[in-house]
Amino acid sequence: MRKISAKHLTEVIKREVIAANLQLGDDMIEALRRARNIEESEVGKEILDKLLENAELASANRIPICQDTGLVVIFAELGQEVCIVDGDFTEAIEEGVRVGYQEGYLRKSVCHPFTRENTGDNTPVIIHLDMVPGDRLRLWVVPKGGGSENMSALYMLPPSAGWNGVKEKVVETVVRAGPNPCPPTIVGVGIGGNFEKCAILAKKALLRPVSEPNPVAELQAMEVELLEEINKSGVGPEGLGGRVTSLAVHINMMPCHIASLPVAVNIQCHANRHREVLL
Amino acid sequence: MSSSHVIGLTTPLSVKDVEGLRAGDRVLISGIIYTARDAAHKRLLSLIERGKSLPFPPEGQIIYYVGPSPAPPGRIIGAAGPTTSYRMDPYTPRLLELGLKGMIGKGKRSTQVREAMVKNKAIYMAAIGGAGALMSTVIKEAKVIAYEDLGPEAIRRLTVDQLPAIVVNDTLGNDLYEDGEKRYQII
Ligand code: SF4
Repeated sequence: MRKISAKHLTEVIKREVIAANLQLGDDMIEALRRARNIEESEVGKEILDKLLENAELASANRIPICQDTGLVVIFAELGQEVCIVDGDFTEAIEEGVRVGYQEGYLRKSVCHPFTRENTGDNTPVIIHLDMVPGDRLRLWVVPKGGGSENMSALYMLPPSAGWNGVKEKVVETVVRAGPNPCPPTIVGVGIGGNFEKCAILAKKALLRPVSEPNPVAELQAMEVELLEEINKSGVGPEGLGGRVTSLAVHINMMPCHIASLPVAVNIQCHANRHREVLL
Repeated sequence: MSSSHVIGLTTPLSVKDVEGLRAGDRVLISGIIYTARDAAHKRLLSLIERGKSLPFPPEGQIIYYVGPSPAPPGRIIGAAGPTTSYRMDPYTPRLLELGLKGMIGKGKRSTQVREAMVKNKAIYMAAIGGAGALMSTVIKEAKVIAYEDLGPEAIRRLTVDQLPAIVVNDTLGNDLYEDGEKRYQII
């Protein structure tokens, strides 16, 4: 068994939540630059320039990219030969978020559903844990903003809807969201599984570096088709009109029940913050 | 929508100021503006219903829908980009009746809010959603003036210098989101 200390895990999470919020990934910077070259609307071009400038200012001034520093989602792949010592796995992660959000001057954005009372430390954290072979722990740290999450949706389609039905729902969801999720967006699509798995597939699709081609040729072709359809809408940067509504569509697909065709659309804003670490 | 039109605005705004603006105009706002999000709006409305006075008089003012991140040491404020405006829609018409002249946020407004803007002569402007670090550089002073317990949702008085925004809804009922989308739509 390989031992990983809970204290070390806390340190890593603390470091990564801060880094994720201050430093936009190279994949996103590249995608925004490409979008700047494609965009035809003057206002749209100006917005894309400002977003690139914003990312530079954030890392230079050590200010978050966006004031909505998100609800923290963690995807963890825990090797079955790893043993977490000196503490509790979940608590170690939550402590990392607590300390990171305090010391990193990040906004605490988590509250009671009805009283709306803030929990004060940005916990709880949403943790998705998978057990995998090996003796490593792989983590994705994903602070997710509310504006884009609010525009996401899940549909339980009849199997007869087929690919056209799926396409229609995905495009409709993104276009209806308009300016709300701060376009240009990344669209995570989950197809298949069941009710909850489909949503997780969609969210996990967002972890892939932007515009890295889907390794499955069939899905890659579907992604291209969806992106083309979405960008015909004219919604554009910040919804003010233009060619680039979304920067990429990422699909994850798996088999489903003979009676269903679940589709989930998880919209990610341009403040696409995700960090991957291997311990 | 003309692309070179950039207009300087200084608060408080007069009816004449807002009547001169059209959807699509780029503006640079300077002066004092007030922040408020969902929770603060709820409290403002409850004060109005009970006939009490508000933490700031709304006449001629601009409300910026923002919940900034905490100020790191040596800085005035943290990231401070706009939040989505539709959540404030149920509260907005009443504030417009009281003379509020402008709002800064992101995203479409309800029909009721758009009608109330035409009726009461007010405008809605969009700032760049998610450009929190950039927006923090135009804020020169920030002070919590009410509801400190709400944390990021407290009402702040901000002094801004050339805050960039774009007019979405004008006093004639135009809507830049609708026009912009139509203009680039491929059918
Ligand atoms: S949708 Fe994203 S970019 Fe826009 S305000 Fe929310 S977190 Fe920030």
